[in-house]
Amino acid sequence: MPTLWLVASLLLLAVAGFVVGRQRALSTAGGDAKELHSLPSYYGHNVAFTTLVPALGALAIWLLVQPMFIESRVSKMIPDEMAPDRPTLGLVMSDVRRVAEGLDIAVARGALSADDARSLRTEFTDVRGRLGEVGVALGADVRPEVLRAAQRYRVMSKTGNRMMGIVIGVLAIVGFAWSYMQTHKDFRARNVVEKGVLSLLILAASLAILTTIGIVLSMFFETINFFKLHNASDFFLGGTWAPNFRGDSELSILPLLWGTLYISFIALLVAVPVGLFAAIYLSEYANNAVRSFAKPLLEILAGIPTIVYGLFALLTVGPLLVNTFGKGGALGVEWMAGATSVLTAGVVMGIMLIPFVSSLSDDIINAVPQSMRDGSLGLGATKSETIRQVVMPAALPGIVGAILLAASRAIGETMIVVMGAGAIAKFSANPLESMTTITTRIVSQLTGDTDFASPETLVAFALGLTLFVLTLGLNVLALYIVRKYREQYE
Amino acid sequence: MNDMQFTDRAVEQKETKIAAKDVNVHYGEAHAIKDVNVEIEDKTVTAFIGPSGCGKSTFLRCLNRMNDTIDVCSVTGNILLDGEDIYDKRVDPVQLRAKVGMVFQKPNPFPKSIYDNVAYGPRIHGLAKSKAELDEIVESALRRGAIWEEVKDRLDKPGTGLSGGQQQRLCIARAVATEPEVLLMDEPCSALDPIATAQVEELIDELRERYSVVIVTHSMQQAARVSQKTAFFHLGTLVEFGHTGQIFTNPEDPRTEAYITGRIG
Ligand SMILES: Nc1ncnc2c1ncn2[C@@H]1O[C@H](COP(=O)(O)OP(=O)(O)OP(=O)(O)O)[C@@H](O)[C@H]1O
Ligand SMILES: [Mg+2]
Repeated sequence: MPTLWLVASLLLLAVAGFVVGRQRALSTAGGDAKELHSLPSYYGHNVAFTTLVPALGALAIWLLVQPMFIESRVSKMIPDEMAPDRPTLGLVMSDVRRVAEGLDIAVARGALSADDARSLRTEFTDVRGRLGEVGVALGADVRPEVLRAAQRYRVMSKTGNRMMGIVIGVLAIVGFAWSYMQTHKDFRARNVVEKGVLSLLILAASLAILTTIGIVLSMFFETINFFKLHNASDFFLGGTWAPNFRGDSELSILPLLWGTLYISFIALLVAVPVGLFAAIYLSEYANNAVRSFAKPLLEILAGIPTIVYGLFALLTVGPLLVNTFGKGGALGVEWMAGATSVLTAGVVMGIMLIPFVSSLSDDIINAVPQSMRDGSLGLGATKSETIRQVVMPAALPGIVGAILLAASRAIGETMIVVMGAGAIAKFSANPLESMTTITTRIVSQLTGDTDFASPETLVAFALGLTLFVLTLGLNVLALYIVRKYREQYE
Repeated sequence: MNDMQFTDRAVEQKETKIAAKDVNVHYGEAHAIKDVNVEIEDKTVTAFIGPSGCGKSTFLRCLNRMNDTIDVCSVTGNILLDGEDIYDKRVDPVQLRAKVGMVFQKPNPFPKSIYDNVAYGPRIHGLAKSKAELDEIVESALRRGAIWEEVKDRLDKPGTGLSGGQQQRLCIARAVATEPEVLLMDEPCSALDPIATAQVEELIDELRERYSVVIVTHSMQQAARVSQKTAFFHLGTLVEFGHTGQIFTNPEDPRTEAYITGRIG
C-alpha cells in the first residue's frame, strides 16, 4: 500500500506546514497578531494547502494514467494471433494482470524470491501450480507470452510506483518550501486561501458535469456503432420490436415508446390528482398535529425501493385487477388474461409518484405568501375559494413543473414495469393488455449472454440515449418553469 | 400642534357599530392586547395611533377575525358588531369579513390582472349581474382608490407589476369594491406621496357618509385630519380613547401627551 503511505505522509507534512506557517507569520509580526494582514491560521492554511493540493492532484492523475500507460505498453507484447480483436485482448490482459498479481502475492508470502519471480519461465516451471499453492487460482496454464507480459507489467508498475513517490514527494516539499518562504506579515494569506477554496469548489462542480458529459458520450458512441449495424429509419420509424439472433431483427423504438408513454400517462392520472389534493390538504387545511404526522408518513412512501412496488404490482394489484376484469372475475367479463398489464404498472407507478408530487406541490403551495391568502380571506372569500382562485393560480407554474418532473421519473422507471407491465411490445389502446417499455427492453437486451458487436445488444444504448434525451428535455422544461415561478415572489 | 386642523368637531352621539369588551390577545405566550374596551361608532372615522409594536394591527385584525388564520393567536373577550358577538360559534367569519373589509399594512395584490384584482370581491359575492355592471363597479372602485387615471389603459396587466404605492391604492380599491359596512385600514398611506395621500383621505371622508372606518396611522397629522375619534395604544393597552380634538389638544394621560408631542415612540 505505498499510495496509502504516501497520502499519510502528505497529510503529516501539511499539518506540519500549518504549524510552521502560522508560527512564521506570527514571528515576522513580532508575535502581535494585529500586525498581520490576515488571521494567523490563514497563513497556516496557506502552507498546508500549497503542500497538499498540488501533490494530491498530481497523485490522482498519476494513479489514473500509470495503469493506462503500462497496459498499452504491455499489450504490445501480446502477439496478434493470440488476441485478434479488442475484446479478446481485454481478456488476455486481465489474465496478465492476474498473473502479475499472483507473482506479487507469491513474493510477499516468500514462496518465490523476487529474482525468481522476474526470471521465471513457463518452460521450466509450472507457474499455474506454483501460483495455485499461494491461493491464486488460474483458469488455464499460463502461456509464455502472458508470463513474460506479466513480468514486464510488474517491473513497470514497480518503477512507476517508485517514480510516483519521488515526484509527489518533491512536489509537496517544493510547495511547502515555496509557501513557507512567502509567509510574511504583509502576505495576503486570507485572499489566497479564499481563492484556493474557490478553485476547489469549481473543481468539484466541474467533476460532476464532466462525468455527465462522459456518460452521454459513451452512450453516444455505442449508439453510433448501433446505427452502423442497423437502419436508423427502422429504429425511429419502424413498427415492430422483434429482436432475434438470426441477424434480421426488427428493432423499432416506437412500440416501446408507446408502452412507456401509456404507462406514464396512467401513472400521472393516478399520482397528480391524489398527490395534489394531498398537498392542498396538508398545506392549507391540516393542523400542525396532522401535518407533523402525515408528512413524514408520505415521505416514507417515497423512500420505498421501487422493487418493493414491483412486488406489490405483481402480487397484489395484478391479481386484484384479474379478479375484477379477468375470466370468472367480479364483473363477469373476460378482458384481462394475465396479471401484467399497462394498468397494473401504471397504477402502482402512480402510487409511487404520489409522495413525489405531493411533497413538491406542498413546498410550492407553502411558498405562496400568507399575505395573498389574507388578502382573499379579508375580502370575504371562503377557504376553498381562496385556494382555487388565488393560491392555485399563483402556484400553478410550479405545480406544472412538479408534474413534469414526476413524468420524467415515470418514463425512466424500470423495476415496476419489469414486474408489472409484461414483455410484449405492441401498439394497443387497451390498458388491460400487457405491454413493455423502453427501460425493460434495455434490461432484457443487456442481461444474459451479450455480444457487444451485435445490433441486438447495441440497441440498448440507442434506447438509453433516446430515453435520456426525453427525460432531459422534460427536466429542463420543468426546471425552467419552476425557476420562472420562483422569481415572482423574490 | 397649531398647524393641525380638526374636521367635524361636532360632538353628536352616533350609533355604536362595533363594541369591544375586555379583549385580550395572546400570541402563544406573548400577551399582545391587554383588556381593551372600545366602542367604534357608525359613520365615523376612528384612528388607532401608538408606537410600533403596540398592537394596533393585532387589534384591528380582531375586528374581522383575521387573527383566526394565525395558529398561535388566541382572542378572548367580546366583540359585538351591531350587537352580535362576532366570535360566537354561529357567526360565519367569511360573511363577517364581507361586511368588515380590510386593507392590509403590506400591499398584497393577487398575481392576477388589475381588473381581476378589483373584480375579485364583487365576483365572489355576486354583486354584479352583468359584465357591464362589473366594469362599472371596477371603474368606480379604482376611481375611489385614486388610481383609475394611472391604470385605466392597463387593466389587463398584472397587479403585482405596479409600484408599491400603486399597489397600496389598488388594495384600497379592491376592498372598497366589495362595499363593506366597516372598512379597516392598516396604514393605508404608508407608501403614498402627498397627492395620493390627500386623495385617499378624501375617499375616507366620503366613505364616512355611509360606513364606519378604522384607520391605523403613524402620522399624527393624518389622524387629526381624517378622524373624529382617536384611540391611543401603548404596549398592548388602550391608554386613551376619545374625540380626536380632545386627544390632540387636551390629552388626559401623560403617555398620550408624550407620544403626540414626540417624546415616546
Ligand atoms: N403573527 C404573530 N406571531 C407572533 N407575534 C406577533 C404576530 N404578529 C404580531 N405579533 C406581536 O404582537 C405585538 C403587536 O404587533 P402589531 O403588529 O399589532 O403591532 P403594530 O402596533 O401594528 O406595529 P406597527 O406600527 O409596527 O405595525 C408585537 O409585539 C408583535 O411582535
Ligand atoms: Mg401594524
